[in-house]
Amino acid sequence: MIRCLTAFALAALLCLTIAPALQAQENGPLQAALQENAAQIAKPSRRTIGPVIDALADSGLDGMQQVLEIWEARNLWQRKEDGLFFEGKKGPDRTIILTDLDSGAELAPVPSDAVKNLKPNSGVRGLIASALVRFQLLDPNIARRSDALEAIGRNPDPSQLTPLRASIDDEPDPALKAQKRRLERLLTIAYGDDDAERVAAIEEMSGDLGVDVRATLNPLLATTLRVAPEGKVAPNTNIAYTVKPGSEDISIAEAYDMLAKAKELPPRAAPGDILAALNDNIVDGSVAGIPVGDLNNDATRNRAYAALIESGTVRPAVTEAQISEALDGAVFYAQYAENSPVVTDAAQKALSRIETKVGFNTSLDLGLDALSLASIYFLAAIGLAITFGVMGVINMAHGEFIMMGAYTGYVVQQVIPNHTISILVAIPLAFAVTFGAGVAMERLVIRWLYNRPLETLLATFGISIALQQLAKNIFGTQARPLTAPGWLDGAWAMNDVVSISYIRIAIFVLALIFLAFFLFLMKRTRLGLETRAVTQNPRMAASMGINPGRVNMLTFGLGSGIAGIAGVAIGLYAKVTSEMGSDYIVQSFMTVVVGGVGNIWGTLLGATMIGTLQKGIEWLNPSNTLAAQTYMIVFIIIFIQFRPRGIIALKGRAAGD
Amino acid sequence: MSLFKKSAASVLALGLTAGAAAAQDVSCPIKVGVLHSLSGTMAISETTLKETMEMLVAAQNEKGGLLGCDLEAVVVDPASDWPLFAEKARELLTVHEVDVIFGNWTSVSRKSVLPVIEELNGLLFYPVQYEGEESSKNVFYTGAAPNQQAIPATDYYLEELGVEKFALLGTDYVYPRTTNNILESYLKGKGIAAEDIFVNYTPFGHSDWSKIVSDVVALGADGKKVGVISTINGDANIGFYKELAAQGISAEDIPVVAFSVGEEELAGLDTSNLVGHLAAWNYFMSADTEANAEFIGKWHEFIGSTDRVTNDPMEAHYIGFNMWVNAATEAGSTDVDPVREAMWGQEFPNLTGGTAVMGVNHHLSKPVLIGEIRADGQFDIISETDPVPGDAWTDFLPESAVLKSDWKDLECGMYNTETSTCVQIESNY
Amino acid sequence: MSRSFVMRNPSVLIFLLCLALFTLGVTIASEGFGLGLISTSFVKTLGKTLCLCLVAVAMDLIWGYCGILSLGHFAFFGLGGYMIGMWLMYERTRLIVTESMANQAIPPTPQEVVDAIGTQIFGVVGSSDFPLIWSFAHSLTLQLILVVAVPGLLALVFGWLAFRSRVAGVYLSILTQAMTLALALYLFQNDSGLRGNNGLSGLQNLPGVSASQDIVSVWFLWASAGALALGYLLAAFVVSGKFGSVIKGIRDNEARVRFLGYSVEGYKLVMFTLTACIAGVAGALYYPQAGIINPAEIAPIASIYLAAWVAIGGRGRLYGAVIGAAVVSLVSSFFTGGQAPDIPLGFYTIAWVDWWTVLLGLSFVLVTLFAPKGIGGLFDLLAHRMRPDRHGADYGPGQGSKREVEGP
Repeated sequence: MIRCLTAFALAALLCLTIAPALQAQENGPLQAALQENAAQIAKPSRRTIGPVIDALADSGLDGMQQVLEIWEARNLWQRKEDGLFFEGKKGPDRTIILTDLDSGAELAPVPSDAVKNLKPNSGVRGLIASALVRFQLLDPNIARRSDALEAIGRNPDPSQLTPLRASIDDEPDPALKAQKRRLERLLTIAYGDDDAERVAAIEEMSGDLGVDVRATLNPLLATTLRVAPEGKVAPNTNIAYTVKPGSEDISIAEAYDMLAKAKELPPRAAPGDILAALNDNIVDGSVAGIPVGDLNNDATRNRAYAALIESGTVRPAVTEAQISEALDGAVFYAQYAENSPVVTDAAQKALSRIETKVGFNTSLDLGLDALSLASIYFLAAIGLAITFGVMGVINMAHGEFIMMGAYTGYVVQQVIPNHTISILVAIPLAFAVTFGAGVAMERLVIRWLYNRPLETLLATFGISIALQQLAKNIFGTQARPLTAPGWLDGAWAMNDVVSISYIRIAIFVLALIFLAFFLFLMKRTRLGLETRAVTQNPRMAASMGINPGRVNMLTFGLGSGIAGIAGVAIGLYAKVTSEMGSDYIVQSFMTVVVGGVGNIWGTLLGATMIGTLQKGIEWLNPSNTLAAQTYMIVFIIIFIQFRPRGIIALKGRAAGD
Repeated sequence: MSLFKKSAASVLALGLTAGAAAAQDVSCPIKVGVLHSLSGTMAISETTLKETMEMLVAAQNEKGGLLGCDLEAVVVDPASDWPLFAEKARELLTVHEVDVIFGNWTSVSRKSVLPVIEELNGLLFYPVQYEGEESSKNVFYTGAAPNQQAIPATDYYLEELGVEKFALLGTDYVYPRTTNNILESYLKGKGIAAEDIFVNYTPFGHSDWSKIVSDVVALGADGKKVGVISTINGDANIGFYKELAAQGISAEDIPVVAFSVGEEELAGLDTSNLVGHLAAWNYFMSADTEANAEFIGKWHEFIGSTDRVTNDPMEAHYIGFNMWVNAATEAGSTDVDPVREAMWGQEFPNLTGGTAVMGVNHHLSKPVLIGEIRADGQFDIISETDPVPGDAWTDFLPESAVLKSDWKDLECGMYNTETSTCVQIESNY
Repeated sequence: MSRSFVMRNPSVLIFLLCLALFTLGVTIASEGFGLGLISTSFVKTLGKTLCLCLVAVAMDLIWGYCGILSLGHFAFFGLGGYMIGMWLMYERTRLIVTESMANQAIPPTPQEVVDAIGTQIFGVVGSSDFPLIWSFAHSLTLQLILVVAVPGLLALVFGWLAFRSRVAGVYLSILTQAMTLALALYLFQNDSGLRGNNGLSGLQNLPGVSASQDIVSVWFLWASAGALALGYLLAAFVVSGKFGSVIKGIRDNEARVRFLGYSVEGYKLVMFTLTACIAGVAGALYYPQAGIINPAEIAPIASIYLAAWVAIGGRGRLYGAVIGAAVVSLVSSFFTGGQAPDIPLGFYTIAWVDWWTVLLGLSFVLVTLFAPKGIGGLFDLLAHRMRPDRHGADYGPGQGSKREVEGP
């Protein structure tokens, strides 16, 4: 009896072999339903599994929802010996614990090679999720309801409209209710019954920036190019616009090809035709009386081809005149996919309003990106603004201090697993480590070379390659993970167009903090005063009781320490490798030089300029990021020609030499 | 005669008399060159392969070596410096006189080595997926050609995920360029309009991905399902995946399939936000077979750590090395020409099940696997094809479609089937 | 004239003699022409080292004598390589294409040949058309002119812009570094038409030459030695006369030379351009021996290494630059080649492959700190040339001026 019912429900898909049918007698109804399409379920493909899933969902069996959910979650297993399906989970010692789908009884653990886990791919899972929508829209569990809405958003389908509408009023959760309303509007636009309803929905959504709104409206306005060979377009065709052959929409050649297909006209000559015709007509080493050896230029080839046409061996190609004659009577037009002109007009209007808004928001987003890039450059360069900008020391190992900071962050995360605490520990520790390294370097190397800037460059370069290789020897060449704490995951999204990740906001804030710190340090503290004094005139400063050695040491350490903190931040958003420092070193130097040495506002302006410029060029040429970097550097080189001392040039005595 | 050779080989394999060795033109020990960067940018990927080769050589020596001789791995470091690859290859072949070289990762390094190997008639096993459009007499390509990785993955997008709009993101070098070129042509053939294919190239080590990821999201505005095909190489992937996670792009909305991201690359990442994104390879560490479990066990034992992962190029070396051992045993010599001939049709079981077969175009026939990233940095294998023979010259570019490679009968790596001529025997790099 | 020139510079004669002996010695010991004591790959290494010595001489001219620390000379070196590489690739491909097209029933038109060459060369990077910059690639003569002209022109334009706006000192160093980076990034792009990251490869196979690499390598050794000899002579000549005095004056005190009425910018520009041309020639000889050129060769770090070689060898003396380039690059290749035995310490094994770079980096520091004269300074010790003791004071006022400790 049960078997009969099931068979009835699945009539369209009945598997005709006897064996599964027999088995079904012994199995519960769910198992039986699955067994009907066992082969497809075991190896599903999105293209073919649709009817099977629909049939399962339509079977009306209790528990089918759960079975589909188990399948979607990849917890469905198939026993190899008899092909039965079970819910399964991993047990100890490479065993699997199976649960009967119908009875819910747990079976004894089986070795893992006796069963096979069914892993539907995400296309199939999308279909399952769509099929589950009807069960889930009113499910008491809010997570399931939200799943259902997600599934509708991903695979909108006309059949979902009615159940969705029905579920709106009973929705207790206000956020989900709003989401349901919105989806209902979108489904109405796409699949609504009458034009008035759809136009109303379009107008209601016309101020919305969401990608999904545009994704609903755009397909309505998609056009296909068609030709009416006799110039008569069928009535009731929703024409977007007519097209003239030879315009940018369609070239004359393409238009003729289209027409030729519709009217079965002779085809145009293809590029290889002449050569092929000549090749086919070689007689005794010559073509139309011209020896093959002479055919090594286009003029002779054309002559031979003309001779072949004259002799009637080759059919002549269509001439220009014939083409334009044929095109004369035909009308080419773009036809909307949507048949109702009222709807397309409304959609057109709504979309153009949205596009204006999108354009504005895109530039806003670009601005944010530029700002974020600028803050990264600024962060990488601020340490250098102290060591190079203020002290005039060329430190090629600056990038390696950034790297040391990042690796410190990595090591701390190995010891302290909590990401929030580890970052809070890592930042001061990175500062301490690189401060120490900076002080050591200043004491051991740089202070002997204050009069020889070019040689400082070489010596610090030596330190740079040594540190890089040391990092490789210690940490290996693999990139190391430095994971941001959970509260920095994700992005702050103003709308679907404008968004920026929290980690970038954090970097921006960090850059601002450093700016404030730098200003405070230089303008308001004793150390700042002494630093400025020592840089301007060490001998005079020394005679005023300042110890230039100590001041230099501290200042250099400070610059290096800030680089270490920048390293933690950069490692969080990008990567931690031994070579990360060298990615930033040239840019950092240019940031400082472009901005104007010795002035932090200059560095800020320099970073802003470089960041904006790079994003701007990227926007102009979106398919080639490399070009953006190249042209940015070229621009900087030219810029420095005209303002050799940077945007903000120090004047008078402070300018030094 | 061959019976005698085989039995002689097996006698020798037991390590008996040196007198029998006179019948073989083999000088002991047999040297195996390993040409992988141990420093520089590529060391990140290539060091593992060097270690794999050392493991394989040690394992073979335990089994009694080859043709009665012990194997010796000669390791040199070309330091990710492409000209240095050519120099080191010459050094391996002329100074160390190795019988075979296993090495290279990037295409440009292979192109650098090619003229040297061809000039000196060496033998190179190249283990990495690459862009195709090449078939050298002296190279066996044990990694995937585009039709063994890129094309099946694209088919998967079209068939299984219903992707209608493609973003091809790549690092700016030859492999992504050529692969994307092939894919563009393939997609157009499948009816995807040119404006539905977005291509972007970024430099090596690129880290500022926010704009590119936003651009990809914006592609979805015309209601078509967007899919990303990533040929981004090396550590640029870290920034890319971090940005994907930050912008909350789920695999259900915009799937990303990568051709250069394997277990090793994911080790530098927290993958919990990337679950469901895809990779296409011929091997995944998660493959549940006896052979794979044994290989992983041996690897962990050799490297002394159970944290280290295995990956596709390692399997390629595993297959390549074993095929070479078998071919040399069959040929009774390690000379390049007899071994080369014995390599054609050579079979060896894959770690993922099934058998790899070496074709006469010097490419392997292997199954293609597609995996979804799991939270633990491994892959769920969700699709496995039948073995696909590697195609040296792609069928999807007009100028390559007419070319074929057959070293056995045609004795040519670039044979124009239209004009029935051999375009070139030596590669044109 | 030549006699007095040689008399004034005995080191030139000694150097040329050493170079000639070295080249002869290598030839006799090579596989191609002699005893086979030196492998072909090592002959190539030596040949390349000679080219590096040549570019180091150029670097010494601009830095050691003119005081401009250019971090961009490897860009000119690379450009020279690219120029010759274009012809090598084009010509070799042309030969292959014509040979395979000879089998066609109908002979190809010249355009078809060019198209086929384009497909072969650019197929690898997914294109098939010849970019504009390959316009001269068919002619060896034109490309040889470009070997000198392209780096020279770039140096001229860049130098004119930079010197005109009085960019000097470390700013100029950073600017030249930016130039190198921009050029490398530009060449990395496929759109630049030089095959992007793949670069030009297979350059060691000379078109139309059937001789084996054993022989070709010795040819190139001779060519490189000849170029180095000529370059060295030219450099020695430039720095010996009045011109040399002026540029040394610019190095020691630019302002003073300017006030004396010399066009400092003009002198600098001439030196910058001249050294760029020498670097271009060196590159054109280097890359056919290396076999491949790609943008990574031009990366900023290469130019910094060049400066380091000159510093280690001893700048301000031409043979110092040669010694520095030769010693550092040969020792580097010895240690990274895996030939040096590892040092086991019991608890840790020092592998030279891993630790060589660290050692190299530290030696840069030590040389700058303790031996500013570099290896060349040893010759002073040998010659017992003592100078009046000024207790390390500067020769001139200003911070940039030369100090006694730097040597003559």
